[in-house]
Amino acid sequence: LDSKLTETEAPPAMIRKAGRHVSQNEGLIFEKSAPGKRGMELPPLDVPAVDPSHALGRESVREAIVGFPEVSEIEVIRHFTRLSSWNYAIDLGMYPLGSCTMKYNPRVNEHVARLEGLANAHPMQPAEVAQGCLRIIHDLQNSLLAITGMDAATLQPAAGAQGELTGLLMIRAYLAGKGDPRGKILIPDSAHGTNPASVVVAGYEVQNIKSNSQGQIDADHLREFVTEDVAALMVTNPSTLGVFEERIAEIADILHERGALLYMDGANMNALAGVARPGDFGVDVMHLNLHKTFSTPHGGGGPGAGPVLVKKILEPFLPTPLVVQKQDGKFALDSNRPKSVGRVRAYCGNFGVLLRALAYTLAYGPGIRQATEDAVLNAVYVRQHLEDYFDLPYDLPSMHEVVFSDARQKRNGVNTMDIAKRLIDYGFHPYTTAFPLIVPGAMMIEPTESESKEECDLFIDAMRSIAQEAETSPDVVKTAPHSTRVGRLDEVAAARKPILRWKP
Amino acid sequence: MRYLPKSPSERQEMLAAIGVQAVEQLFESIPEKFRLREPLPLPPALSEPEIIDYFKARAAENAPGYTSFLGAGVYQHHRSVVTDAMVQRGEFLTSYTPYQAEISQGTLTAIFEFQTLMCQLTGQEVANASMYDGSTALTEAVLMAERLTDRRKILVSRAVHPEYRQVLATYAKNLGLQVEEIGYTATGQLDLKAMTREKLAGAAALVVQSPNFFGVLENVGEAAAIAHSEGALLVTTIAEAVSLGIVRPPAEADIVAMEGQSFGIAPSYGGPFVGVIATRDKFVRQMPGRLAGQTTDAAGRRGFVLTLAAREQHIRREKATSNICTNEALFALVATVHLCLLGKEGLREMALQNIAKAQFALAELEKIPGVRRPFSGPVFNEFVVEFPRSVKLINAALMRERVIGPLAIGTHYPELTKRGLVCVTETMPRTEIEHFAASIRRILEAPV
Repeated sequence: LDSKLTETEAPPAMIRKAGRHVSQNEGLIFEKSAPGKRGMELPPLDVPAVDPSHALGRESVREAIVGFPEVSEIEVIRHFTRLSSWNYAIDLGMYPLGSCTMKYNPRVNEHVARLEGLANAHPMQPAEVAQGCLRIIHDLQNSLLAITGMDAATLQPAAGAQGELTGLLMIRAYLAGKGDPRGKILIPDSAHGTNPASVVVAGYEVQNIKSNSQGQIDADHLREFVTEDVAALMVTNPSTLGVFEERIAEIADILHERGALLYMDGANMNALAGVARPGDFGVDVMHLNLHKTFSTPHGGGGPGAGPVLVKKILEPFLPTPLVVQKQDGKFALDSNRPKSVGRVRAYCGNFGVLLRALAYTLAYGPGIRQATEDAVLNAVYVRQHLEDYFDLPYDLPSMHEVVFSDARQKRNGVNTMDIAKRLIDYGFHPYTTAFPLIVPGAMMIEPTESESKEECDLFIDAMRSIAQEAETSPDVVKTAPHSTRVGRLDEVAAARKPILRWKP
Repeated sequence: MRYLPKSPSERQEMLAAIGVQAVEQLFESIPEKFRLREPLPLPPALSEPEIIDYFKARAAENAPGYTSFLGAGVYQHHRSVVTDAMVQRGEFLTSYTPYQAEISQGTLTAIFEFQTLMCQLTGQEVANASMYDGSTALTEAVLMAERLTDRRKILVSRAVHPEYRQVLATYAKNLGLQVEEIGYTATGQLDLKAMTREKLAGAAALVVQSPNFFGVLENVGEAAAIAHSEGALLVTTIAEAVSLGIVRPPAEADIVAMEGQSFGIAPSYGGPFVGVIATRDKFVRQMPGRLAGQTTDAAGRRGFVLTLAAREQHIRREKATSNICTNEALFALVATVHLCLLGKEGLREMALQNIAKAQFALAELEKIPGVRRPFSGPVFNEFVVEFPRSVKLINAALMRERVIGPLAIGTHYPELTKRGLVCVTETMPRTEIEHFAASIRRILEAPV
């Protein structure tokens, strides 16, 4: 039924967002290679050529690289353009991945990142000829501090997970400075996987704590867990259910009473920017994901940046170097910070990502609140229109995302992954499946502020239509997608006998 | 606001549909005392032309029109405009991590090609889909060696990039790793004689960089043999990846941790770049980071998926091999497109040009009285020069001629004052090299 449908018919009328068009076939670049071709030529050498075996020693010179590509410029362009056409992207439509905040990546950010004096700046050029870069970092620091209500920042961490690690190392250094580094970090069962993984890299032990029946941190029982060996609690707020932790200030107080600190995973800052500041509700240290809230492109998996923002008590422990403004107004890198946890990445981190995030905050100014309002409006609107079709395991008010479960569709043998794959046929990227772990069969939807009412309505129609299909023709859903170049791929075979590189 | 696709009346319609009067009601789950009443103290919103003006002004405050002889882990190489055109395609730029394989075959195929290229270049059997950069890749390689050997002592050559060693120290401190540094000899290479049995005993890894921070090639084969003699692994880091176009790959190493910036990535004041970990097949299950693998769909069509995820944080949480999640996929793509364009001949030619330019610059500088090379080992495109005066003083004078001179390495090596690290790539015209040498001669001839 399905393959016939794919090849011979126009998409059914209920699929309104997407049609069909030809998808170019393309092999691997290695399979197109032929000796003597090349796609880039260099200016001729203007100094005497050197025999490499003379300069390096015969034993240090390599043979020609077997299988290395040899292709022309147009072949490279066609190859990667064809590949690109096999991807979904924000530039094509709504990308409702919960927790990932797939919002519009402004093009001006790409433009300014390529300006000659910025793109070609060397990280070791003296501060006197790096004032522009240093000011960009400084200006972004100030914007992020204003948005979060924190006191000091480092922009060095290369991604959210490295930000988590950096924050934890600072907690450790702070507590060790008081003579007791403690041994454990509390993590709710709704947390991102990076949280416990970062705890281990920081040399701490993870203690998982269960959420209450509402999916929130169990503030009533928290005291029992905050022993003298607990250094901090890592909380995501709003939680991965998209719900604000209403007792957050009380949670902070409980920790502080016992000498522990509150770490906030700022992955969901898109629900708060301009509306509320973590610095006001007791957070001691947090990270932001600039590739989420601050619009820098995900690029198929990265790069990101994970600035860490702290309260005054943790400032001495920030990684080195720090960008500081001197009395004369000039900017400088300060490495003379004896209590610092040290360096977490070479140079000044992912500067090109920082620059794009600054361009984003400059575009909004205080109006960033409007983005937050629209993000929450979209999520609540989508929730409102899907509540009658999908199970909502926790019904507290949603902020920027909503988490349904597949409980109703399961009765017909259709699970969250099936629904997600069927969304592809309707022209959408799937939502996040199987996360957070506290929701079996989770369907986590985050539209972001970048979606129009029209796009939200199309998505709602698609989800409702799939809910109906799950009742009437579950097999269509269970075997989706039907419109893609390849069907569901055999992941078990991929892991059992891994083929991780092309071979001649 | 131009990024927001809703009209005021559409907002009202949507609010009405969900049964609330004002948008503020959507935030009532936040306790009232924490809800901001005032707008954030941020500068007013800027239009696109104003944003461009702001960044042009910042660019002008850097070093426009300066000639730079800096390397030290970040290199200026020719880049094709084709690479950027490909990478700016929204389908690559604005896509997420390819967990949904059916609509991510573009990214997955490119990652598979990247992994293949990295294996071909490093002489290793498997490479991952990227790490943050060279410095963190090195640290992750060391942690991997610790897991593989169940040993906690790490021997690191002092000729490894100082900032890479600083990052390693930050991670090692809380994990109970004991990092010991091994000195260098008059050739500027790892002091193999210091690698005694006692020193090696109980070591998880020996870490060398080649070309090292002084620009000198290490003897990776010998280092590997020594490390292996006591059951340690050899971790080799590479900061100047273009060297692999001509230098024999570190095939004897057990883990290679590389910075791929030289493959078409702009210096961008230090990032984003692309780190790489490559290793032997048998160690793959201890690797950090994502891996793309080949498989088929039900109809037998070839496709690619992220695989062996049971190593990763989103599956294994506290038992994962690393906390890395977001990587540098877009810059792995830059490297892939760039290397496909350069190809087999182009990469070799680029590498040869670097050797020739560096040898020419070295010869020009050595003609200056009092200027000498302190290390005798073979170099690729970077070398240390000893001056009769402080590097700082020389650089201050060069700066007046709009030249960014050698990196003063005495900051990181107190015993190497008056030494500067000079980098000359294929992008440096002969006239600039001659001008640089002439300027230094003049500066040194001037009375103090």
